[in-house]
Amino acid sequence: MIHIGLNHYLIVSSLLFSLGIFAVITRKNAIMVLMGIELILNSANINFVAFARYGNFGLTGQLTALFVIILAAAEAAIAMAIVLNIYKMFTNINVDEIDTLKD
Amino acid sequence: MTVYDIIFYLFALISVGSAFFVVTLRNIVYSAFFLLFTLFGIAGLFVLLSADFIAVVQLVVYVGAILVLILFGVMLTSNITQVKIKTSSLQIIPSAIAVLILAFSLIKIFLNTNWKTVPLTVQSSSVEGLGVLLLNQYSVVFELIGILLLIALIGAASMARR
Repeated sequence: MIHIGLNHYLIVSSLLFSLGIFAVITRKNAIMVLMGIELILNSANINFVAFARYGNFGLTGQLTALFVIILAAAEAAIAMAIVLNIYKMFTNINVDEIDTLKD
Repeated sequence: MTVYDIIFYLFALISVGSAFFVVTLRNIVYSAFFLLFTLFGIAGLFVLLSADFIAVVQLVVYVGAILVLILFGVMLTSNITQVKIKTSSLQIIPSAIAVLILAFSLIKIFLNTNWKTVPLTVQSSSVEGLGVLLLNQYSVVFELIGILLLIALIGAASMARR
């Protein structure tokens, strides 16, 4: 019986990363794109913490995961402000219909 | 199979399964609620990796703040008067193929790399070590993160009021 090791966590994080990429490239709604980005950041966090546990780096990996969480919070606040502005201007937030800059 | 393995598979199944529903469900409110289960499962994985402080921060910041923010965004930008809050997707089949190729190649790379690991030791609480690192070696980063959060706060408030 295989015991849980580093590879199991890496597989979980790569699955989450792929699902996040899928949400970012297929969904029309800007908030769904934002949820995909959160999934991607979380999968990166799993990698950081798993390497901090199984490698010989001390607590630096966990600290990096903490910084990633803080940056994700800042990013979510800014993105939500942008989305609200876009909704006020276009009355929808479908990212494929907002193409005013396109010629 | 030890208890650790069973709990790992439980949390991994919760997070990956709900992430699949987040990505595929058409109702955006359901997606937001499945994102809650995904983040909860990831917090459980952090506990299994003996990162207790990160797990608590994950619960507080992600589940407590970011998810509520996302739900507010959903409620403010959808027509609530319509019963259905649906979103559609673009180019599902080609992107599904591309994402499957990406996932398989990532897993293949991860499994074929010979990672240098050390034997596991029992770790005590990580809070003290994190605090010492944060206030000595990484104090500049700590200050910068504080300034960045302030800038994000002011920027978000001024942008949302306009």
